[in-house]
Amino acid sequence: MIGERLTPETRQTVGYHVALLGGVALLVSAVIGIADALTRADIAQRQLEDLQATLQQVVPAKYYDNDLVRDVVVVQDGGRALRVYRARRDGEVRAVSFQVSAPGYGNTAMLIVLGIDRAGTLLGVRVVSHSETPGLGDKIETRRSDWILGFDGRSLNDPPPAGWGVKKDGGAFDQFTGATITPRSVVHAVKSGLEFFAAHRAELLDESPTLLPSPRAEVGMREPQP
Amino acid sequence: MTDYRGIFADGLWRNNVVFAQMLALCPLMAVTSSATNGLGMGLATTAVLLTANIVIASLRHLIAQEVRIPVFILLIASLVTLADMMINAWLHELYKVLGLFIPLIVVNCAVLGRAESFASRQPVLASAADGLAMGLGMTLAMVAIGGCREILGSATLFAQASLLLGDGFAFLETTLIQDYKGFLLMLLPPGGFLVLGFLLAGKRVMEQRRERVKSAAAAVAGQAGSPTN
Repeated sequence: MIGERLTPETRQTVGYHVALLGGVALLVSAVIGIADALTRADIAQRQLEDLQATLQQVVPAKYYDNDLVRDVVVVQDGGRALRVYRARRDGEVRAVSFQVSAPGYGNTAMLIVLGIDRAGTLLGVRVVSHSETPGLGDKIETRRSDWILGFDGRSLNDPPPAGWGVKKDGGAFDQFTGATITPRSVVHAVKSGLEFFAAHRAELLDESPTLLPSPRAEVGMREPQP
Repeated sequence: MTDYRGIFADGLWRNNVVFAQMLALCPLMAVTSSATNGLGMGLATTAVLLTANIVIASLRHLIAQEVRIPVFILLIASLVTLADMMINAWLHELYKVLGLFIPLIVVNCAVLGRAESFASRQPVLASAADGLAMGLGMTLAMVAIGGCREILGSATLFAQASLLLGDGFAFLETTLIQDYKGFLLMLLPPGGFLVLGFLLAGKRVMEQRRERVKSAAAAVAGQAGSPTN
């Protein structure tokens, strides 16, 4: 073996150390590069499937006949880009779905996905990831409680704007025993998602702004259609 | 002749990573809120321990003493990266359960510890046996702690096991008490420390009792063997 031909003296030289570290680094980089090439397509496919499964929870199947995950429009909203997935049936956008984030209890973010139909009514809301306290804040998950289903059918005017809060704050939504911060944050995030939809309605629904006046068209952010 | 029996006895009980060496406590506290999570994390760590030990033992003559630690860390980190990518691509259900914790295997000092104290001095086969034994010992400990926390915290055992092992293992999933209100403390990190403490005390008691029996037997043998006047 090579190892036995190496004398202990050679192995103690700085040059050998450098060569060894460099050699190992090169070797592992090569292996990781190959593995990345082999797994990249599969990983992308899995992530797409995950996304599809999530979107299917908030947009009922009767709203679309297109490939939901591939009909994406990126909308700039207050400096950040939001990816909005559009559900089309017979070419017309029937509903949209996008993700909003909300600050959780502690310094972690919750990711919430919303499905909204043309009229601005919520089709479904799901929390896709969070790190809330098990047993208290995690009632936002469907497998722990039905709470999140209470958003179905709601819109910006149902309840009226003042009602978009938890009951403790005079709103229409329940809080949980022992956890107010989590549901309050979810309610806020859902409301801001609806407001985002209202502000960008025309763009999201793929309509020309002259047919339906949107706030953006009124302030002249878009060229009027000829 | 390598003492494989001794290697496995060390890994599974005498020198168990968790219960004797007290290593790997960080991932342990983080993931063992259920037996299934403990099992998944244990198996993933076992795979990394096994391959790390094999790779390092086969390179042991090339690795210079002075730079061995960075070399070990490079090798272990890349093995973990490989494991992360492969589990994500081909065992995606498992990845959804463990995803966040797989990179944590890098900082699991048990892996570096075995490389340093065993694989860098022993032949490949013995190192492989050691990696396997240590990994299984750790899996055992994680399942034990996860199981205790799950039973006390949510009155289930091996919940979601079919997600991890496939539908064939759905029979493992048991609910012990219906409508259990839950004992939150056990699912939070303090519960991990409490359960670990009690299990350690239990292991200590068992060992002391065995010791006492042994010394009593020795004393009896000694008395019987000594000449009586």
